[in-house]
Amino acid sequence: MAHLYDVLVIGAGVVGCSAARELSKYQLKIAVVEKGPDVCMETSSRNSAVLHAGYNNKPGTRMAKYCVEGNSTFDQIAAELDIPYKRTGKLVVGYTEDDRAKLESLKAQGEKNGIVGIEIVDRAFIDEKAPHVGGNFAMWSPTTAILSPFQFTYGMAENAADNGVEFYFDSEVTAIERDEEGIYTVKTASGEIRTRWVVNCAGLGSDKVSAMLGIDEYTLYPCRGEYYILDKRIGDMLPLPAYPVPNIKTGGLGIHLTPTLDGNIMVGPSTEYIDENDNYAATKGIMDMLIDDGSRIFPYLKKEYFIRNFAGIRPKLNPPSIGGFHDFVIERRDEIAPHAVNLVGIESPGLTSAVPISKEIVRLISEVEELKENPDFNPIRKRMVTFRDKSHEEQAKLIEENPDYGEVICRCETITKAEVLAAIRGPLGAKTMTGVKYRCRAMMGRCQGGYCQTRIAEILMEEKGIKPEELIYERRGSYIFTGEVR
Amino acid sequence: MNTIKKQVVIIGGGPGGLAAAVKLKKAGVDDILILEREHELGGILRQCIHDGFGLTRFGETLSGPEYAQRFIDEVEELGIAYKTDTTVIGLTGDKKVTAVSRDGLFEYQADAVILTMGCRERTRGALSIPGERPAGVFTAGVAQTYINLKNKMVGRKVIILGSGDIGMIMARRMTLEGAKVEAVFEIQPYPSGLPRNIEQCLNDYGIPLYLSHTVTKIKGHHRLEAVEVSQVDEKLNPIPGTEKEYECDTLILSVGLIPENELSLMAGVELDPRTKGAIVDEFCQTTVPGIFAAGNVLHVHDLVDFVSLESEKLADAVAKFVKEGLPQAEIGVETAGLVGYTVPQKITGDADVTLSFRPRKPVRDRYVDVYQGETLVTSKKYVKLLPAEMEKIKIPAAKLVPGVNVKVVTRDE
Repeated sequence: MAHLYDVLVIGAGVVGCSAARELSKYQLKIAVVEKGPDVCMETSSRNSAVLHAGYNNKPGTRMAKYCVEGNSTFDQIAAELDIPYKRTGKLVVGYTEDDRAKLESLKAQGEKNGIVGIEIVDRAFIDEKAPHVGGNFAMWSPTTAILSPFQFTYGMAENAADNGVEFYFDSEVTAIERDEEGIYTVKTASGEIRTRWVVNCAGLGSDKVSAMLGIDEYTLYPCRGEYYILDKRIGDMLPLPAYPVPNIKTGGLGIHLTPTLDGNIMVGPSTEYIDENDNYAATKGIMDMLIDDGSRIFPYLKKEYFIRNFAGIRPKLNPPSIGGFHDFVIERRDEIAPHAVNLVGIESPGLTSAVPISKEIVRLISEVEELKENPDFNPIRKRMVTFRDKSHEEQAKLIEENPDYGEVICRCETITKAEVLAAIRGPLGAKTMTGVKYRCRAMMGRCQGGYCQTRIAEILMEEKGIKPEELIYERRGSYIFTGEVR
Repeated sequence: MNTIKKQVVIIGGGPGGLAAAVKLKKAGVDDILILEREHELGGILRQCIHDGFGLTRFGETLSGPEYAQRFIDEVEELGIAYKTDTTVIGLTGDKKVTAVSRDGLFEYQADAVILTMGCRERTRGALSIPGERPAGVFTAGVAQTYINLKNKMVGRKVIILGSGDIGMIMARRMTLEGAKVEAVFEIQPYPSGLPRNIEQCLNDYGIPLYLSHTVTKIKGHHRLEAVEVSQVDEKLNPIPGTEKEYECDTLILSVGLIPENELSLMAGVELDPRTKGAIVDEFCQTTVPGIFAAGNVLHVHDLVDFVSLESEKLADAVAKFVKEGLPQAEIGVETAGLVGYTVPQKITGDADVTLSFRPRKPVRDRYVDVYQGETLVTSKKYVKLLPAEMEKIKIPAAKLVPGVNVKVVTRDE
């Protein structure tokens, strides 16, 4: 890693990967360093998977501007990167006159932010769109979409890699130094990297990276949100995201229900400030609360449909005493850290805003130096084939071309060996069990890997040539085997 | 795509499917095809390398693979067709079966379809166990696959949640592999597995079994570091103040099996919410005519011997179905009180029929009565009834009248 990069992006979440891809449109030598073993491992993969419309954020804020822009320009990015998404629209449901007043002001805020098509609708409209969703009336947001946050991030990362961006994993940044010539030396767990520019996209660690750059005024307050995932069996009953009237003060959008693109339902998230920024525990009280609160909007949350719990952590800039949302920090502080773009507190709606944020990063760099377009930039990335979505004729043809499609590895989600191999062999391929899962959905079904995880473990070890003791589930230290049997 | 015609397609080549195939062939049905997703026939028995199988069916004790091999040998000898490495991905109500393998995609049109897909394990997610998500939490069957089929050891210091049979068998297995099994915790006030497994797998190795206890927290950022265990009250809710932490690197879950009916649902088969298996008549025929089910896909059995016996009974019925048809079952079987469920859930009343059932909780000295309307059809005394042990009661056809449901109830005296 001795050579000199033009730009080093710290963090391979959705914002870091998007920044890397946006920068690769110019003639720059770019690298991304990531502390984990894979892209998309923290806040980017642990959220409601919603492309927000942008009415929840105060007019004039970056959050509002980028969210609205990210939503309206998503069709193009999705087409370029083959990102699955669906413009389902969304209902924010209300019951009382107080709710109605809040929805009216939410609508007015949305209109101020430049969103078209939001309206207050009656029960008959809810019945038509989502008859199983509760509420006496609602605010209808037609542009809200559901998307795959995994494929969004992988799309960005793979396309960036295809355009020459280099990725270093298991490389947590420990120190940043700048010499007299203005070259940064970034010390990481896996070695040193020299670079002319540093872009801090470190998410939950962005306050620490900011301090390493000398900008030490930020403190992040990790705020955990827990979710339930429900079986596909009731997926048809919820065709679109349904939210309660938000209590913005809590710093979340309220316990809501979101269908996933694959037909599951997610219930959550809670908003709980915690001490650690890597504690993804689900907690009893909140798990019960999710079902109680979620049932008010969607009274079908039976225990037999529970398949998994998960949690995400928001990097919040406001302490619990203030709550709510602090605007994104996206800055260049030439007096302290020249040639650095510093991003802190990129929480919701960070997923929706990722592309506009990365365009702002490019703009901030181009204010300092002229960026030349990269004539070889290829904007197109293709996602792996999903066997289960094909017709029987197409499936027969796929197997004929590649017999690996005839081997079903994950039974619940009908994921074939060809897809598992694509997840491992693809650009920036999976090295962990979770990496395989996030890329191709194997082990995400109702049996949670009961059938396929032993096969996937075997394939992964064989493909990567790793010993049983080296196989990890998700993060470093999450070993699966203690050795061979006697 | 060519549609291949078959008299009978059997989905699943485990103990249920194999027993059905052999019996069916012997009953004179020749055009049979078994579809099996694994590389070999035998189903879950392949990984059950302990003994204790076959006492009822063969009068001797066999290991799982030995038990399966008896049927596999017969399948081979009788020349019954089977395809392994073949996964069924579609089933319709008119008995069209779609399957894939490395050789391609195949469509079969069957006169009758036999569902013997078995069951899957209940997971941590289904139980909503609070805590972090480290590696080291396995269902008992997954741990068994890793250890017995893949030769990989999954841990050194083990806690087991649930006193299901597979969990207890894994307690012994892991002890023999040098792991320290600290304890088995069961949320119910009674064990959920068989008494012989408590004796042979736990007591013989000094592994304590704590009833009315459950895991209330899982700890560890990366690999499991500890679990918190609490006592539960009679409503199975954890009692605050009883929490105790156990250091461990492995948590094995043996917390129940769920019949695997995704294909059945695809075909429109109606399920019984109590068994999570199909609603069937005495011929093991589901609510979709010509689709039959037996074994653990129908209701979870205690012993593989009973799976074989049920599947053989099914095979007789299927043979009759393809040759001459079966009569309609129009008498519903209802349950009340301590009787958790029955299989079958409806009967013809044309012939004597034996119902399988389980009690909701362990009791002693109870009568099970079968009524039709006000008439007591039959009654039987049980010295003990355990949820872990499936019981049977025979209903004499002579005492039944058409068109009136029967009710199975319990009585103290």
